Amino acid sequence: MLKDITLGQYFPGDSIAHRLDPRAKLLLVVVFIAALFTAENYLSYAFMLVVTGTMIAVSRIPLKSILRGLKPLFIIILLTALLNVFFTQGTPVQIGSVTLKHVTYEGIVRAAFMVLRIMMLISGTLLLTYTTSPIALTDGMEILFGPLKKIKVPVHEMSMMMSMALRFIPTLIEETDKIMSAQKARGADFETGKLIDRAKALLPLLVPLFVSAFRRADELAIAMESRCYHGDEGRTRMKQLRWQTRDTLAMLLGGAVLAATIVMNVYGL
Amino acid sequence: MTPIIRAEELRHVYSAGTPFEKVAIDSVNLDIAAGEFVGIIGHTGSGKSTFIQHLNGLLKPTSGTVCFDGGDIARSKEATRDVRFQVGLVFQYPEYQLFEETVYRDIAFGPKNMKLSAQEIDERVREAARFVGVGEELFERSPLELSGGQKRRIAIAGVIAMRPKVLILDEPTAGLDPEGCRSVLQNIVDYRRETGSTVLLVTHSMDDAARIADRLIVFHAGHIAFDGTPEEVFGHTQELLSIGLDVPQAAQIAQALRDRDVPLPESIYTVGQLREAVLAVRKGADVC
Repeated sequence: MLKDITLGQYFPGDSIAHRLDPRAKLLLVVVFIAALFTAENYLSYAFMLVVTGTMIAVSRIPLKSILRGLKPLFIIILLTALLNVFFTQGTPVQIGSVTLKHVTYEGIVRAAFMVLRIMMLISGTLLLTYTTSPIALTDGMEILFGPLKKIKVPVHEMSMMMSMALRFIPTLIEETDKIMSAQKARGADFETGKLIDRAKALLPLLVPLFVSAFRRADELAIAMESRCYHGDEGRTRMKQLRWQTRDTLAMLLGGAVLAATIVMNVYGL
Repeated sequence: MTPIIRAEELRHVYSAGTPFEKVAIDSVNLDIAAGEFVGIIGHTGSGKSTFIQHLNGLLKPTSGTVCFDGGDIARSKEATRDVRFQVGLVFQYPEYQLFEETVYRDIAFGPKNMKLSAQEIDERVREAARFVGVGEELFERSPLELSGGQKRRIAIAGVIAMRPKVLILDEPTAGLDPEGCRSVLQNIVDYRRETGSTVLLVTHSMDDAARIADRLIVFHAGHIAFDGTPEEVFGHTQELLSIGLDVPQAAQIAQALRDRDVPLPESIYTVGQLREAVLAVRKGADVC
């Protein structure tokens, strides 16, 4: 039950998308989003659909997983579609002799555009989290945001906290499961009752969970200290990120896609 | 007589229908009579923890049934909840489930969920604390500031206070010092003698299992590999070793002697038996 929550969505694999440098992937996502928002006519949309499709194919992530990732946003997508259909000015739609006053052709086209854009946007970012392990992702971010250290932004500390938080999510979920079972065995009831009763019933779960979270934090701090962790300065990495030719090529390709969408829109093709 | 617990063709599959699907237990058939003291052994991942969580309805069988006192425990939500009070389950490292402000209130959590009267609750809390050797002077302390061994006892008392007909303990001595182990086990033996309840003890220690249980059930790869009295089970020394389990130290020595052609009978598992057998062999040798 609780274990079914997917937070670290990493999908282990060995495709070219998996092997790209996380920095390249992060930058590519930015480029991809930029291209997506420049695309405004049929041709550029068709082009972006092909690009998204190719990206999914190259990463070898099953289409089913992408659709599962889109599911939580179903309501938002639906809402966007409805708003666009009903609130766009233009020629009303006619079916036979019936004129639908509030539904316009322009609205339908716009709704389709918006829905596609949101879906591509999410698919593109999902691909990033699906093909990059959380640790690689935080490493990549730390380096990309590195220059901010000059203006005293604690980049290293932030990425360290993020990787630790990610590391402990599964552990805490497992722990929650265990404590829940133990309290259920003593007759605790988490499922029935009024809202206030239910909130009260969570106490036997939350107290032990907090206690153990603090205990773990303490132990981790001691373990880090005993290995002489003292922050960013002079710290080396076990897994060095190395920028390869393929990363440069991927970036060039991303740039080309962005350029192509701009050209398509400017010349109104 | 109806067995107090009966499992029929029990099967449990985790994450069914996903790539992570795993059959935890399969075709488990088992009867446990009221009053039995059963030791459950098997190494990590053998399915024993999955099995015991079926006995009080925390896990639902993928297929097959578990009956308590003749009734299927999964027949209704009420039945499942009721069985939770009849079959007390003490998890591994139970001290991590303590949450109340005082020891007294933590032990009273189970009885309170049973909607008993204040007087009845008080009686049960005191009785349970006595069983595990927790003095009443600790009642108003916070459970979180006590030692590990004391926490463990309080957690066990929290389950005993429900006066379950069946008490299941998942490795109650894990992580305790030798003295703590001995006294917790002694508490369990005394508790059973006084109340006559059925006890299931999951353990890694073959010596403990051999010493205090009347019946042993060995789990291996989701199946019951052996089921019988300690004599019967430890008679299979070689099979037990081959599935990666230990046997009591006395049985190991007996096996080593047998390998050196000392004619010892099978089914030796306590130091006393070993001593008798070795003495008998020596006597025989003297005669020759």
